[in-house]
Amino acid sequence: MSGQHVVHAHEEPQSFLRRYIFSTDHKVIGIQYYLTAMVMALVGGTLAMLIRLQLGWPEAKWPLLAKLFPRGMSGGVMNPDFYLALITMHGTLMIFFVVSLGLVSGFGNYLLPLHIGARDMAFPFLNMLSYWTVVPACVIMLASFFVEGGAAASGWTAYPPLSAVEQAVPGSGLGQTLWILGMALFIASFTMGGLNFVTTILNERTRGMSMMRLPLFIWTLLIASILGLLAFPPLTAAAILLLFDRHGGTSFFLPSGLYFGERVLPHSGGSPLLWQHLFWFLGHPEVYVLILPALGIALDLLPPFTRKPIFGYRLTVYSLIAIGVLSMIVWGHHMFVSGMNPYVGEFFAIGTLAITIPSAIIGFNLIASLWGARLQLRTPALFALGSIAFFGTGGFGGIFLGNATSDIQLHDTYFVVGHFHFMIGGVTLLALFGGTYYWFPKMFGRMMNERLGKIHFWVTFVAFYAVFLTQHFLGIGGMPRRYYAFSKFEFLAPIRDLNEFISLAAFVLGAAQLVFLFNFFWSLFRGARAEQNPWRATTLEWVAPTPPPHGNWGETTPEVHRWPYDYSVPGAPEDFTPQTVPPTVVEVTR
Amino acid sequence: MAEGSERLKRTLEGFFFAFILMTIALAGIGLGVRRWLPPLASEHGAGIDRMIRYLLLTVGTLFVIGHVALGYFIWRFSRQERVTYRLASPRVEKLWSLIPGIVMALVAEGGVLVIGLPIWQQYYLRPAPPDAVLVEVTAEQFAWNIRYPGRDGRLGRTDPHLIRYDNPLGIDARDPASQDDVVQLGVMPVPLGRPVLVRLRSKDTLHSFFLPHFRVKQDAVPGMTIDIWFTPTQTGEFEIACAELCGFGHFQMRGVLRVLPSEDFERWLAEQPTFSSVR
Repeated sequence: MSGQHVVHAHEEPQSFLRRYIFSTDHKVIGIQYYLTAMVMALVGGTLAMLIRLQLGWPEAKWPLLAKLFPRGMSGGVMNPDFYLALITMHGTLMIFFVVSLGLVSGFGNYLLPLHIGARDMAFPFLNMLSYWTVVPACVIMLASFFVEGGAAASGWTAYPPLSAVEQAVPGSGLGQTLWILGMALFIASFTMGGLNFVTTILNERTRGMSMMRLPLFIWTLLIASILGLLAFPPLTAAAILLLFDRHGGTSFFLPSGLYFGERVLPHSGGSPLLWQHLFWFLGHPEVYVLILPALGIALDLLPPFTRKPIFGYRLTVYSLIAIGVLSMIVWGHHMFVSGMNPYVGEFFAIGTLAITIPSAIIGFNLIASLWGARLQLRTPALFALGSIAFFGTGGFGGIFLGNATSDIQLHDTYFVVGHFHFMIGGVTLLALFGGTYYWFPKMFGRMMNERLGKIHFWVTFVAFYAVFLTQHFLGIGGMPRRYYAFSKFEFLAPIRDLNEFISLAAFVLGAAQLVFLFNFFWSLFRGARAEQNPWRATTLEWVAPTPPPHGNWGETTPEVHRWPYDYSVPGAPEDFTPQTVPPTVVEVTR
Repeated sequence: MAEGSERLKRTLEGFFFAFILMTIALAGIGLGVRRWLPPLASEHGAGIDRMIRYLLLTVGTLFVIGHVALGYFIWRFSRQERVTYRLASPRVEKLWSLIPGIVMALVAEGGVLVIGLPIWQQYYLRPAPPDAVLVEVTAEQFAWNIRYPGRDGRLGRTDPHLIRYDNPLGIDARDPASQDDVVQLGVMPVPLGRPVLVRLRSKDTLHSFFLPHFRVKQDAVPGMTIDIWFTPTQTGEFEIACAELCGFGHFQMRGVLRVLPSEDFERWLAEQPTFSSVR
């Protein structure tokens, strides 16, 4: 751990451009990431609404939409290519450009130095570079909608040959190339960010901030960043190989004898399964890169509203590490029926279900943290509690899918869609929202509206269950995902009408997010002025002035004397004891 | 007075949260007890159904307990005026965490080891019995090509360079084994009660051979030949769906599996024109 901090040499820049646009200040960069994620969420969410419109009423005509999307919805009816582009881009944007950017890069950047008592990230310039690398990635992704053939349409997993052969699907033209380039830039950016996070957490902690005094959000960021650093490079390599297959005539993922457009392609010797391995070697850890920080936020939002420490800090840390390690060796559970050797499937099933053990311990600790609490149901607390329920529901669904035997029936059905939306859609978004309501006063010096916040929570929470819990059961009924319509199959006749209900619930869910948007921007200008520590919380960011100045801490960085959860310490003057309070004033109880 | 109404509001909010979670648990039960699986028509499928039902029961119970417990905690502790339990000792924390650990080890890991993997092994790791009926299924955008080996029991050689309109599989006419092959498009008759060995291939992109009523799902991968087998237990017509995104026609890539009594199947097969007879 570093000793006495010297004030960084760089001074606060004065020009608008260096202060707010090309800033190296972690707080500005964090907010830039957050707002970028918000823009991408608007796009991704709109795509989701169009998807639900199609699935709810597959035969209907929407003349108004024909004007907006003259090619994708010619004559007012969505065409199947456009539908595939929608699902591909919805998944890609939400996973990589909303949750990764907002939750990990956004909150991570804003909070990490504040949480550990640092003045900035270890590499401020790299931090700025990582943000300005992801901006072109966003632009490229969005631009791909407007090129010949439309955006990529091979699913967010981009399985070849669909993603490698231009004739395979219309979106496999320039749209797919742009998708690969956008992903490559995103990965480059995320790798820079991860490197910065790990270095900062290991080297920039202030005096007294030992690893076991870190808030759990920081622990989850550390594990998530390490996972990202280990798992993303294989996808980068795979993306480059895919680019070669597309434009260089190589055959990494393409076997001989592919027959497209009435001719045999000249490729030979490659394997489509290789891509699946490389993709999921990233793809599965990526799930944890998103879910762990979300759990970290849920864990950290509880104590200020239960007014007591969380249950099982140490075991939670060990469980998080165990999940991180296990997550690297279970990617094959996405490939049980892919043609992979079935013996290997057994290994992946056993490994995957081992993850339920540390996950259940974390879930248990989250609920147990409520025991004996003086629970205050403010908006951030609602979202934290909601994400516990989502984590449970999503985790339970995972037990069906990690089990190779039941996965035979459930693979690539709506069960999977329901499951992963609870996990990387639900837990993460509730944490993202909960974190926003909680840290908004620190970021912008104003409180968000409580009443609107609660409306936002309740509608989101209930509508989310209506949409995605129902989808689990459609999946048991065998309803395949990535279908443009369910009208062609008789076996779906008894269950397909539920899609109308799901679509209506999805529109309610979408509308609830507009309440959030309104609240966010209204509060930015009209919200009540926030005190320095409005939630009466213990962690370091609340010791800093609001909003924190450049360099965060004035003359000297704070010194830490205790763990981050000292609420309701017996004999203390207040029911919260900030981490900076020395043991001479309030006894250290842990 | 203000404090009293504040307290009432907190109690009501906690109660509301508990009520919603309880409703979700009930909705989960209501959905879970309904029959969702398509009617079963294969032998090994009974095992897969047993696995799914076991999980619905055990994991469903955990789902209900979890939501009820969370609701109860929220309701109970949102009424409290002071913290009544602060910090557990490391020993207590370890002991309590044994509960979720053991439950998951039993339900999830135990479930797959005791029920799941034996079925998996029976489905995937045992070779098809020698009397199995061989059927080659070749997927393409967006259709299922079905081929039977004919009297000699051997499928003729294929080469994609030979693919023509009248020879969609590119069967090599020079190969003696191919002369009596029988080729069908989209309809796949199989005999009742006899193992069916499906040799799965793809001409272009990934597909997945999904028989919802048979609990069969296997990706078709270009460049690979994948064998799976199952035994039909019901006669009738069943649907073949594609379960791996394969392009814009993915949603309508429908085939029909027709299960016939064994004699009817043999008669039907004998009546079909062979590859050499249609050329």
